[in-house]
Amino acid sequence: MSLHTLSVLVEDKPGVLARASALFSRRGFNIHSLAVGPTEYEGLSRMTIVVNCDRHPLEQVTKQLNKLVNVIKIVEMDPDAAVRRELLLIKVKADVNTRSHVLETAQLFRANVVDVGPDVVVIEATGDPEKLQALIRNLEPFGIKELVKSGLVALGRGARSITDRSLRVVERSA
Amino acid sequence: MTEHMTGAQALIASLEQVGVDVVFGIPGGAILPAYDPLFDSRAVRHVLMRHEQGAGHAAEGYAYATGRPGVCVATSGPGATNLVTPLADAHMDSVPMVAITGQVATPLIGTDGFQEADICGITMPITKHNFLVRSAEDIPHTIASAFHIAATGRPGPVLVDIAKDALQSTIAFSWPQNPELPGYRPVTRPHGKQVREAARLVAEARRPVLYVGGGVLKSGASAELRVLAELTGMPVVTTLMARGAFPDTHEQHVGMPGMHGSVSAVGALQRADLIVALGARFDDRVTGRLDSFAPEATIVHADIDPAEISKNRHADVPIVGDCREVIADMVVAVRSDQSEGRVGDYAAWWAQLERLRSVYPTGYTDPGNGSLSPQYVIQRIGELVGPDACYVAGVGQHQMWAAQFIDYERPGSFVNSGGAGTMGFAVPAALGAKTAEPDRTVWAIDGDGCFQMTNQELATCAVEGIPIKVAVINNSNLGMVRQWQTLYYDGRYSNTDLHTAPRPEDPDGAESTGEAGQDPRPGRIPDFARLAEAYGCVGLRCDRVEDVDATIEKAMAINDAPVVIDFTVHHDAMVWPMVGPGTSNDDIQYARDMAPDWDDEE
Repeated sequence: MSLHTLSVLVEDKPGVLARASALFSRRGFNIHSLAVGPTEYEGLSRMTIVVNCDRHPLEQVTKQLNKLVNVIKIVEMDPDAAVRRELLLIKVKADVNTRSHVLETAQLFRANVVDVGPDVVVIEATGDPEKLQALIRNLEPFGIKELVKSGLVALGRGARSITDRSLRVVERSA
Repeated sequence: MTEHMTGAQALIASLEQVGVDVVFGIPGGAILPAYDPLFDSRAVRHVLMRHEQGAGHAAEGYAYATGRPGVCVATSGPGATNLVTPLADAHMDSVPMVAITGQVATPLIGTDGFQEADICGITMPITKHNFLVRSAEDIPHTIASAFHIAATGRPGPVLVDIAKDALQSTIAFSWPQNPELPGYRPVTRPHGKQVREAARLVAEARRPVLYVGGGVLKSGASAELRVLAELTGMPVVTTLMARGAFPDTHEQHVGMPGMHGSVSAVGALQRADLIVALGARFDDRVTGRLDSFAPEATIVHADIDPAEISKNRHADVPIVGDCREVIADMVVAVRSDQSEGRVGDYAAWWAQLERLRSVYPTGYTDPGNGSLSPQYVIQRIGELVGPDACYVAGVGQHQMWAAQFIDYERPGSFVNSGGAGTMGFAVPAALGAKTAEPDRTVWAIDGDGCFQMTNQELATCAVEGIPIKVAVINNSNLGMVRQWQTLYYDGRYSNTDLHTAPRPEDPDGAESTGEAGQDPRPGRIPDFARLAEAYGCVGLRCDRVEDVDATIEKAMAINDAPVVIDFTVHHDAMVWPMVGPGTSNDDIQYARDMAPDWDDEE
């Protein structure tokens, strides 16, 4: 099992998110993360879905997903050929004794402090999942009070876009 | 050219535009606006059903008979949820169907209004697609899209849920030229290279089989299939969903594969070195235990749905396309190979299959106690009624016997619920098939359990003048469940006795005396012949071998009313052959504890 990132171009219609997410659960897949938002085209949304599964089941679920009438295109994002980012907001204990250490850690990861209280700071960071995981690991000793992550979003590197046929198109691979 | 009209009028005008001639439904509050213009439509006939499930199955029966989408109509809430079973059935068996449901008015949506149900949410996993229509302007193009989606690609059910206020407001009607569906582009043209590769494998194979599924019927490819089969000389097996796609009496037909398939068909797949699957999906009922299915076979898999290919069994040569085009292209490729001397030699293979076919024909043993064999009844119906009729089965033992003991010679001659296994399918589906083809004889082969789930539609048949014949194969039990209890639960018959026939001990049907160890409850509840009469049908009964032919002929002579025959049959007849659940096809038994001798054949 490994993590795979799918970029799914869909029509911006009511219920399309439910159709896609329900399909994963009904076919026995766990969605690791999911992010949806508008695109450069009006009427089209883009979902970035990260699933944890093997290669063969991934092809199956991709074909099933492609059968949804509102799904226009599916591309699997190869980590080496894509920019992948998540947003992390994390609330860390930081009193007078530890605050400078916390801020130093944040700086090392080029993260920003977006809120400060007497005993806590809230840090904002973006990056690929590995970098954010490392940041969290380094902040853990100070005491994490709360954290929230956006789903992963990804774009292919280079000049091409999802509407080109460049990236490995999983759709209709049979 | 635009015309001002209400959403309801636009709905009916849209149905007329797509060529709908009959809809099956029941009115109710939210859909009521649509029923007013429907009342005036000369093109669209409405058949008033007695239950929405019946409306759904009738639409399926119509679709099987015509190949065009069947249409059912229901109101919001419980009306719509009663369509869930037929929608699931149509989804599993790829039946083109459009369900139109009323929804509460838009201001009430999401407020738990009276008779509100989120039918789009409920049916999302069991429809090919569904639509919630909130405004009247969206009605024409949504109806156009719904029919396009239902009928093209891999067919399936589409639900259109229309808010009551959308039906009531006024719009300028215009019919869309092309539905706008950017995400819906079914592939029908097969890849030439793949087809040529398939033809090459056919020429090289020693033990090939054409594994024919329901997709061949859906694509109307029976004629092409026959050409391909006769050109190559390959044996053909037709699945439960493909019965009639290839004539049963054709010498290259080696039977139906699967859990209750013939030894020759199951044996052919198991020993094949090449399986050419056409519009079939390697369902568990066909493959048995998957890891032991056809171990030596190379797989060519042609299907219009890419998601079916390599879903259960890896396809060595995947072909995405419409079966008719795939088969037609294969014929060209095979002819080309043959003209260059590449012809398959299957003589030794045919010798093996002929042996299986002659040593292990599908048959049955008579109970020998004077009670009627259900297999005999079904066989005689097939022989007396003939191949031009349409036979519609329910689900269970009688369904399997109808698949085994009636010869199907033409597409559309056998209609049943395969993937979903929906008990209660037969009567309303037969009603739908007969409505679509009034001049064709339609027989429902039903069981006593199934019949009791939907027999209220006999009233619809009687009132609307839809004279179907219903043969209730009455063994007074949930027969298939009882068979499993016999085989796997040590004969402990927990809750399978339906008391629809007299106890074997009191043949007159009088109340049992309640002796120790006997079930004191009465039989013949209900009395099917009298039930039929109560519904305005002709009710007949037969429980003796010598009366079978005369009873069938009597039913055949009645054409002005629906006929129900209670064939009271042996309780303990079982369906054989059988591949036990979870076992390998190699372990098929042709009778209880009787396994075919495979090794004899080399």
